[in-house]
Amino acid sequence: MAEPAMNDVPKTTRATAQARAKDSTEVLPVFDIQGLSIVYRSDAKDTKAVTNVDLALMPGEIVGLVGESGSGKSTLAYGACRLLRPPAIITSGSVTYRGRRIQGEAMSVLEQSRSELREIRWREIAIVFQSAMNALNPVLKVQDQLFDVMDAHLSLSRAEKQDRAESLLDLVGIARDRLKSYPFELSGGMRQRIMIAMALAVDPEVVIMDEPTTALDVVVQREILAQIVELKDRMGFSVLFITHDLSLLLEVANRIVVMYAGHIVEVGTAEQIHHTPAHPYTRGLLNSFPSLHGPRRELAGIPGTPPDLSQLPPGCPFMPRCTFASDRCREVDMRLSPVDSSVGAVHTTACPFVKPEDHETPVSVRTRSSK
Amino acid sequence: MTDQIATKTGTVGDVVLEAVNISRDYYLGRGRSGPVLSAVREVSLSLYRRGVVAIVGESGSGKSTVARMLAGQETLTSGEVRLDGNVVHVKHRKAFRAYKREVQMVFQDPFASLNSVHTVRHHLMRPIKIHRGIQGRQAIEEEMSRLLNLVSMTPPELFLPKYPHELSGGQRQRVAIARAIAASPRVLLADEPISMLDVSIRLDILRLLSDLRETLELAMLYITHDIASARYVADEILVMYAGEIVERGPAEEVTQKPAHPYTQLLVSSAPNPDALGSSLRTGTKVVPGQAGSALSSIVGCRFSPRCPFADEQCRSTRPPIVPTNDGRLVACWHLDQAASSSVTIAPKSRATRTKKVAEKPE
Repeated sequence: MAEPAMNDVPKTTRATAQARAKDSTEVLPVFDIQGLSIVYRSDAKDTKAVTNVDLALMPGEIVGLVGESGSGKSTLAYGACRLLRPPAIITSGSVTYRGRRIQGEAMSVLEQSRSELREIRWREIAIVFQSAMNALNPVLKVQDQLFDVMDAHLSLSRAEKQDRAESLLDLVGIARDRLKSYPFELSGGMRQRIMIAMALAVDPEVVIMDEPTTALDVVVQREILAQIVELKDRMGFSVLFITHDLSLLLEVANRIVVMYAGHIVEVGTAEQIHHTPAHPYTRGLLNSFPSLHGPRRELAGIPGTPPDLSQLPPGCPFMPRCTFASDRCREVDMRLSPVDSSVGAVHTTACPFVKPEDHETPVSVRTRSSK
Repeated sequence: MTDQIATKTGTVGDVVLEAVNISRDYYLGRGRSGPVLSAVREVSLSLYRRGVVAIVGESGSGKSTVARMLAGQETLTSGEVRLDGNVVHVKHRKAFRAYKREVQMVFQDPFASLNSVHTVRHHLMRPIKIHRGIQGRQAIEEEMSRLLNLVSMTPPELFLPKYPHELSGGQRQRVAIARAIAASPRVLLADEPISMLDVSIRLDILRLLSDLRETLELAMLYITHDIASARYVADEILVMYAGEIVERGPAEEVTQKPAHPYTQLLVSSAPNPDALGSSLRTGTKVVPGQAGSALSSIVGCRFSPRCPFADEQCRSTRPPIVPTNDGRLVACWHLDQAASSSVTIAPKSRATRTKKVAEKPE
């Protein structure tokens, strides 16, 4: 891809002193969320949308964030980019960004001023929004919307912008003459591709994708996923992929983060989540989607409904829906600990009681052991 | 085509609703001089008591148009719809209402299909009054409670006074289903009832539809773009592409041994957790392209522009839908070729992408 302005480094005036690790072999996360809590505040109560969440995105990695509607996954992503307005309030935590263009320094996203934020938004961290129909401006041509992004972050001539817009459309597999189209003239899949092209327009380091394929057909969905994986490999950005469909993530993500009621309940590689899920909620998600391949299996699903986030009971929020629940669950502090101490912190779970092998055991044994 | 199919439960009822060679054309230009889009072309299907038939296809394949024609909400260009063997005419209001008593629909988007200024009570009361003629406050209240219990919204008193915005997506879809069965219909047409819902909720709704099919002895049409869910609820699957049925047969056969190249594409596109990333890299054989064009000016097979096996015959002559030796119907000139290279998703190690691979075969 043509890269006319690759060298313009955004200024990081008030970056925190947290320098890159001295040991150069250790790779630090490019986007690092630590202990982030977000509440929606009203006079009567606080709705705890995100509670004490740690999430690290390594360079070139696809991290999948999965959870039901209302589990706080979008709030987490938007909050980490400071895109939320009151009544959403970030009550604690830090968000650190370490891009290649910011030499040797880390930037604390939560401490930036408005103008500094403008420098990193889209240039460093871009977002593919959920519904492409609403995210695109219906009265502007595709070309003008792409130009707007470039005007805001790069200083290019008209011809350079034209070149770049065309190569962006090539990247996402849309004919160049579509630059002159309005969003309503495009199909759902094409609009979603335009959104991806827009996110990549100024070569960001981190791309957050919020349910990028939810409204699409399976065939189109697959084409777009393949394209995302390929573009990621070619351009080297990192992806935070938000979805409610765990079956998708198992194929596309390197690591999967499972969220429930504002808490992260399990983190692991795609293989670990698929073959040895530790948390009962993850297990429930895995049992929720009909599979096309392999023998027909009995689907269990997850009984009950998600909890009210303004009145969370003490302990584990999944307790009311959990088949393993017992009184001790009220004491759980939802801290992540390694599933298997020999593997280390690669696979962690918030449930201290249920082990992956427990999911294999029959119900009668289960109830006995949980006393 | 009207041969009886075995349902999942083994028993099968009589044909309730039948579509015989129904077609729908849309004129795109001014008047009748412009190009003609044949959104649905010569589709035949039968819905049985206690049976579920699924139509699977991409956006714009005409699957919703079929449902609307069956529901009497779209006029037929040709062909006929029969209810209990009698040809349906819904030309005037009274006939339409009588037809609606038997055939009800559930729509895709529960956010749009419920009126946001009315309560659950209002949504359920209207069909009870209009279609069932139940009089008296007490009787209506009892009927509404029964309906909400049927769709597992308990206690009913809690939900009756609620507005749609106070309900979750899954609850809203339950209300939409309760409204549909309030008329005590014999046919339920479900147009993508789960595609707007969370994955964890979808299963509940599918299970609810399956239960209702049993308890109320409904004949059901299930429309979806997700062939995996069709495998779980349907007895028979019809695959539509650009307005035509390209393959039909028992659900398990169609999903496990897809014969038509388009069905193979659909099956290979469904997320496959067991492949863990590999198939996204290898790519599919079929040329990615625009959704199928249903313009009537296309003479040959409508899938030919995207088909890897397409040749001159495909582009010039439309393949008839013919029975294969394993009891299904397929419209393709190159079945042997397609079958021999049936899409297989080779499990490939993902060790290059992740360092640690959990050693636990399932």
